Amino acid sequence: MLRPRVGELLWNTTRLVLGTVAVCAVLGVGAAWLVERSSVPGRRLWHVLLVAPLAVPAFVNSYAWISLLPGLDTYAGALLVVSLSYFPFVYLPAVAAFRGLDPALEETARGLGLSGWAVFRRVQLPQLRVAVLGGSLLVALHLLAEFGALQMLRYPTFTTAIYDQYRSTFNGPGATMLAGVLVLLCLLLLLAELRLRGSRGYAGSGRGAARPVRPVALRGWTAPALLVLAALVGLALLVPLGSLAYWLGSGASAGLDGADLAVTTGSTLALAAAAAALTTAMALPVGWLAVRARGRIATLLERAAYVGSSVPGIVVALALVTLSIRATPWLYQTVPVLLAAYAILFLPRAIVTVRAAVEQSPPLYDDVAASLGSSGADRLRRVTLPLLAPGLGAGAALVFLAVVTELTATLLLAPTGTATLATAFWSASSALEYGAAAPYALVMVLLSAPATVLLSRDTRRGLTP
Amino acid sequence: MTRSGRAAAGVVSTLVLATALAGCGSAGSDADTLTVYSAQHESLVRTMLEDFTEETGIELEFRDANDSELANQIIEEGEASPADVFLTENSPAIGVLDREGLLAPLEQSTLDQVGEAYRPSSGNWVGFAARSTALIYNPSEIPEEELPASMLDLADPAWEGRVAIAAGGADFQAIVSAVLALEGEDATREWLAGLQRNAEIYASNTAIMKAVDEGEVPVGITYHYYWFRDQAENGLIGDDARLHYFGNQDPGAFVSVSGAGVLASSDKKEQAQRLVAYLTAAKAQEQLAGSKALEYAVGTGTASASDLPPLEELGAPVVDPGGLDAPKVTELMQEAGLL
Repeated sequence: MLRPRVGELLWNTTRLVLGTVAVCAVLGVGAAWLVERSSVPGRRLWHVLLVAPLAVPAFVNSYAWISLLPGLDTYAGALLVVSLSYFPFVYLPAVAAFRGLDPALEETARGLGLSGWAVFRRVQLPQLRVAVLGGSLLVALHLLAEFGALQMLRYPTFTTAIYDQYRSTFNGPGATMLAGVLVLLCLLLLLAELRLRGSRGYAGSGRGAARPVRPVALRGWTAPALLVLAALVGLALLVPLGSLAYWLGSGASAGLDGADLAVTTGSTLALAAAAAALTTAMALPVGWLAVRARGRIATLLERAAYVGSSVPGIVVALALVTLSIRATPWLYQTVPVLLAAYAILFLPRAIVTVRAAVEQSPPLYDDVAASLGSSGADRLRRVTLPLLAPGLGAGAALVFLAVVTELTATLLLAPTGTATLATAFWSASSALEYGAAAPYALVMVLLSAPATVLLSRDTRRGLTP
Repeated sequence: MTRSGRAAAGVVSTLVLATALAGCGSAGSDADTLTVYSAQHESLVRTMLEDFTEETGIELEFRDANDSELANQIIEEGEASPADVFLTENSPAIGVLDREGLLAPLEQSTLDQVGEAYRPSSGNWVGFAARSTALIYNPSEIPEEELPASMLDLADPAWEGRVAIAAGGADFQAIVSAVLALEGEDATREWLAGLQRNAEIYASNTAIMKAVDEGEVPVGITYHYYWFRDQAENGLIGDDARLHYFGNQDPGAFVSVSGAGVLASSDKKEQAQRLVAYLTAAKAQEQLAGSKALEYAVGTGTASASDLPPLEELGAPVVDPGGLDAPKVTELMQEAGLL
């Protein structure tokens, strides 16, 4: 019955995913090469500026563009806006990969007579493959789940169509069917990435000594390279921030309700803090087992958690609506259900950092404490947790930030009368009250900024699981 | 306290505080708090009920969302629904609940406060506001004499890419339900298929007004008050756009009724009945007429805002507000690929 609509959505979604992944790969790898391997001036500054767009949620970026240029509601417009929001997902792992490359290989290739371009194509690019694929996968998964940015640009994909279905039928069969197709697409992507990544390894026989690489001199190309970087940063950062500032100005004249903003910020922070605490607590045993008790069950447990992050928020929310209404009606429309959705969606972010922290804390300390007669609980409190504290903190911060800008699950599951920054921004901006929406967007950007600074410092960790 | 002990205590207290704070948002279940599921514009409902709590001591808690979303949600919730009162923007959504037997009969005195055209024969809900369908157009893109005689003409191939609709919204779906009631299933299916080819889909009526104003698209199907409200605010969005009424009992002259009803599952029916009675009584109706909402008042004896053309002069077709079929409309729109 829904076949023509599904076909149209499939076409829309596929061409946007392919286009965005291609644009992000070119922008991300190109910018990473300039910053890491060329003589372009101000490389450190450019690096921070190229990560900074991550502090602007995609739906805020979309609002900034469409409120200035209403004609952007086309395929090209959608491609432009989401690419500017998502290219750092490729840029970050590409920078990390460039840093990890052994310069000896390139020098050998050059010594054997390869040109600069040939070295990039035949030596560097193959070694960047895993990083670029990982980043591209992240871009694609984010795009499949993206609702706010595309709804504002009038570009229908599965996720926006599911929301329309939800608005018209609550959780009728139409919404469920589209959600099924969307989940299938996500799983296909994960499989494709595994396939493409292949089994070819590029690890050297020895790690070699880390040493600075002599940057490629740009000479006459310096000015064009600077121009390209400035254009990219200008479009991805200055346009949204400038537009926000403009609407803040007109919003203030329209009368800003400070009390509303304060209450909304308060409930957002409370929800985010609760979700961060809960999710990190859940990630601790999983991350611990994955390192200290390696085995089939621990791996299965860890991987199972990742499935949640590849399923769009709207699908998780729809499932929880049905589940809570049928099985636990007394929990329906309450904070615990919303927190459960956040935990399902953002658990992998916490697991990644907790796992890394466990890997870095040698089991020796636990053994020594045990040999000195410390009991299990005592050891956990006095040895293990203090050692893991930085990792737990980082994991909690990532979850916290994700919750602050989460839109779809919050729209569907928030208790009656509860608004978050994201939903308040959404209701004002979809009523085209751009000025009223601006303060909420600003608070979200300010809250996201510290994490972005951290990310730009610690490039090796990157964003990918 | 050791350092790690302090850290642990810090984490625990943050968690407790966060949970407590987050818990503040959850629905209260006080004896004198009504949960109102409302799909009507927040500002309109809040204006009409401004003094309700003060006068009656009954607190109100609103869940604001879309017509069909809330109606289907109440059906899913069934007996367990937290809703006491349902306020819709358009009547198809509340009609669904009526047919499902989820509404409690209203007191006759409440029904009598509203003209017969604005309530269903069942007497299980009542209209509290009304709005007229209209065509918004941009005179510099299309002269008035080239506008179609009937809303149904917009399905002609000549209109390809030239008409804006908000297909996902309850307003447009209500207009489709009127076409279905007046023209029958086959004609509606044909009309929707034409629109699927012709229409530019926007997210809301405000977005349509803006697009028409800026010349992105020459005409759009909408309700009258979006334009009047904008005019009252000095034409911030739609200063170049104009309204065209189809009249002549055309489906495009359909007047849609916003409905109020009491849920049969409510355990505060008495207070809920008071709310619906209040909403349809002279005071709230006059507050509506005097507000910036610019929708029509439906209380007998209350005159609507003087800026609006009188409702009875709009040539609206006769449609039973209780007989509009929302599920069928959803089905037809899904079939046409508009949803």
